[in-house]
Amino acid sequence: MATSSRLDAKIPQGSLESKWSKYRSSVPLVNPANKRNLEIIVVGTGLAGASAAATLAELGYKVKAFCFQDSPRRAHSIAAQGGINAAKNYQNDGDSVYRLFYDTIKGGDYRAREANVHRLAEVSGNIIDQCVAAGVPFAREYGGLLSNRSFGGTQVQRTFYAAGQTGQQLLLGAYSGLQRQVGMGTIKMYNRHEMLDIVNIDGKCRGIIARNLITGELERHGGHAVLLCTGGYGNVFYLSTNAMGSNVTAAWKAHKRGAFFGNPCFTQIHPTCIPVSGEHQSKLTLMSESLRNDGRIWVPKKQNDNRPGNEIPEAERDYYLERRYPAFGNLVPRDIASRAAKERCDAGYGVGTSKLAVYLDFAAAVERYGRGEASKNNIHNASDVDIITWGKAVVKEKYGNLFDMYKQITGEDPYEVPMRIYPAVHYTMGGLWVDYNLMTTVPGLYSLGEANFSDHGANRLGASALMQGLADGYFVIPYTIGAYLASEIRTGKISTDHEAFVKAETEVRERIETLLRIQGKTSPELFHRRLGKIMWDKCGMARNAEGLKEAIQEIRQLRKDFWSDVKVMGNATYFNPELDKANRVADFIELGELMCLDALDRNESCGGHFREEYQTEEGEALRDDENYMYVSAWEHKGPEDWELHKEELVYENIKIAQRSYK
Amino acid sequence: MPHLKVESDIKNIGMEGNMSLSLKVWRQSDKDAAGGFEDYKLAHVSPDMSFLEMFDVLNEQLIEEGKEPVSFDHDCREGICGACSMYINGRPHGPLRGVTTCQLHMRSFKDGDTIVVEPWRASAFPVIKDLVVDRDAFDRVISAGGFVSVNTGNAQDANSLPIAKESADDAFAAAACIGCGACVAACKNASAMLFVSAKISQLALLPQGQAERSIRAEKMVAQMDAEGFGACTNTGACSAECPKEISLENIARLNREYIGAKFSSSAV
Ligand SMILES: Cc1cc2nc3c(=O)[nH]c(=O)nc-3n(C[C@H](O)[C@H](O)[C@H](O)COP(=O)(O)OP(=O)(O)OC[C@H]3O[C@@H](n4cnc5c(N)ncnc54)[C@H](O)[C@@H]3O)c2cc1C
Ligand code: SF4
Ligand code: FES
Repeated sequence: MATSSRLDAKIPQGSLESKWSKYRSSVPLVNPANKRNLEIIVVGTGLAGASAAATLAELGYKVKAFCFQDSPRRAHSIAAQGGINAAKNYQNDGDSVYRLFYDTIKGGDYRAREANVHRLAEVSGNIIDQCVAAGVPFAREYGGLLSNRSFGGTQVQRTFYAAGQTGQQLLLGAYSGLQRQVGMGTIKMYNRHEMLDIVNIDGKCRGIIARNLITGELERHGGHAVLLCTGGYGNVFYLSTNAMGSNVTAAWKAHKRGAFFGNPCFTQIHPTCIPVSGEHQSKLTLMSESLRNDGRIWVPKKQNDNRPGNEIPEAERDYYLERRYPAFGNLVPRDIASRAAKERCDAGYGVGTSKLAVYLDFAAAVERYGRGEASKNNIHNASDVDIITWGKAVVKEKYGNLFDMYKQITGEDPYEVPMRIYPAVHYTMGGLWVDYNLMTTVPGLYSLGEANFSDHGANRLGASALMQGLADGYFVIPYTIGAYLASEIRTGKISTDHEAFVKAETEVRERIETLLRIQGKTSPELFHRRLGKIMWDKCGMARNAEGLKEAIQEIRQLRKDFWSDVKVMGNATYFNPELDKANRVADFIELGELMCLDALDRNESCGGHFREEYQTEEGEALRDDENYMYVSAWEHKGPEDWELHKEELVYENIKIAQRSYK
Repeated sequence: MPHLKVESDIKNIGMEGNMSLSLKVWRQSDKDAAGGFEDYKLAHVSPDMSFLEMFDVLNEQLIEEGKEPVSFDHDCREGICGACSMYINGRPHGPLRGVTTCQLHMRSFKDGDTIVVEPWRASAFPVIKDLVVDRDAFDRVISAGGFVSVNTGNAQDANSLPIAKESADDAFAAAACIGCGACVAACKNASAMLFVSAKISQLALLPQGQAERSIRAEKMVAQMDAEGFGACTNTGACSAECPKEISLENIARLNREYIGAKFSSSAV
């Protein structure tokens, strides 16, 4: 297979270790006087967008930043819990840039680009330095140095964290940098604005159409480059751990205007989420992967065992991850842990009223920590009660906020009874296809963070999304954007009177008017639920060709129904979340079809993409490197019409192997 | 599959429980409109629903009846983004301590209850629509000084400066503020002291924040005043209602920082 001539990943020459440093020192520069005249539009203020906006403004560019929430600080990154990876080797446990690179490629089941991932590992350490300098209060040891924990898919401790609120602390750090530039007048911030289209002129991206969500007005914004840092599309499944507002609209509009969509079917299902409690469920809540450091996952050995968890004796429990994967145990990567939970539940061993849950149990950790405290304090005859009390205190310090959240949602106390968990949609590895510079197939249009397809292959390792978002924003784009902008210094200010702006704005307006005119019987919310149901059943944790073909037909029908029967209340001249939702759901429906198409094309199982037809005898994913070692990059040709382009993946530094965590 | 049985049918949403509720909800079409309460009845509320899921059910019911749904801010529904902001039965975020509106569940209410829901009320937080208010003032206070002035790329190795665990933990506790504004809504003077002091404390407790310590306190307080937040009279209502239980000690620390700043400032 050869890479499509339409895709040039622009990977620099040279050895893997020297590519980035050499390239970085040879990218064309833009002098300060010219930077002042170059405008950059940053859509999204999560970790990727906020760090990019702040850094580009520091460099002297004129920046406009957009988010749909009422404040940039509320971007979905705020909800990340467990931590951020970096190859600092502070624990002296054998970590290195190469090992982080290797773990990420392997964790991604050999479907990511070597050069990008190596660069990510190289800059990971700088991220931690930068965040600490900006006042991010990471967890520390008594000696005052930074603390680390383990995450799935690795055997070193390289995850930095701030209790279960790492995303919050990192985002507030990036946000403070952004607000500093807002205060200095170098960034103009547009809160409660939603980008509804990009504008291309003569083959280059020159701006966006945004809607002021308070007044409903459409606005044109011109720029020399546009960065989409708009997050992932997990909400295509309706239920996911993403925030309610997370959506694909920005990326989708770009896709329809020429940006290829990379690996759309690569979705991450996170193994440890709070199970669905009923029909009213509006979203799912993650219980951080960090809990698998100390929690042991099990189900009863007997099918349909209805006894409460803590009444089931030790000998009658099946710690199935430890049994199947002794080397990694409870810390296998997410895709593997999720499938194993599904396998047990499908086989009738699930727990709780729905039987769609497994236990995550802290009893052993409580006892171990309790004994540890006793010996630290030289107490040799401690009672069991004391040991449990001390152990609980240690667990509380590590995971207190997560335990509180669990209790708040389920009404059960996880200090007393094991948690019930089940996999849920969490992250999307797929996204806009980008080259090494993070540029999409539309010149001048970039994509950063979860919105792009880049570094995680077919499965992302825990604590690597925060790393990637900040790498892209703080340390990659500020350099790579020069390669494009250096040739834009003579362009002059972008006029928004150009007919391309007029046309794009008109199209956005007409679509909104259509949505309001239909006045059917079904709310956007219900269409979203219907889509989610199709996606979860047929393009979720397990997929097969037959189901995917059905799903495509069902989604096409859903799209027709939507455009003839949606009921959008109110109008477009004031704050109207129903209209915003309708717009987003319409795009999710189209994306759903492409995801199924991509899943159908990929006749193999890899990472989060599990095709039932392709598995080993033990039920592990069966890759087909001969035929599918490529990135799929889909070009939009028209309604229900796409063309597939392939970027061949070449591994020069890693020996590909069947992924094993046994 | 742990998914909603969509076709079984969607009408079942909100038909799972047996609680009946009367709601009195503030409706206001825009910032200049007068606004007032409207009464709604909901049956079959499940105790496992979150408060916002109960509002989802209400909104679907309103759409069904051809009425405009109630606008409210929300996003993460995990108690961390700070978007949700309902004033429930006279208390910001409702009856529980240390819990945001989105994490409040209907098991905290009883069958037959009447629940009154209003937006945050403060002149610095004008109403946009129904329960949605404009909290941009908080962003402007941060822009005035809630940061460390360090450009990307200038940082030294993260472990080159050890920080006592205690200071790091205290800084983290202050940094846990989600910027929701409940403290302002809880305060009879609509003071923003808890929010502002949390950020000032976080940075004052860390070595990285030292260089700008005085100027930060001065500028943030000046901006807070300019935004029209009221004065702090130490009633403590803010901390009592804060979903992240941000401590009043932060306000004491702000006062020390501020006085220190004024003494060293050339303006004195
Ligand atoms: C519950 C949870 C926990 C997680 N925990 C971890 C963890 O511990 N470690 C880890 O590494 N990763 C974690 N992740 C993943 C990680 O949080 C995300 O992948 C990452 O934060 C995404 O950052 P981002 O900057 O790309 O996008 P986001 O933070 O999602 O930001 C998107 C931004 O785009 C804006 N936007 C979107 N569309 C538009 C539009 N049309 N117009 C205008 N603005 C728009 C939004 O307003 C927002 O500002 C977690 C994810 C979840 C769901
Ligand atoms: S101090 Fe508490 S109440 Fe005030 S904004 Fe922060 S989290 Fe909300
Ligand atoms: S919706 Fe995010 S804190 Fe409530």
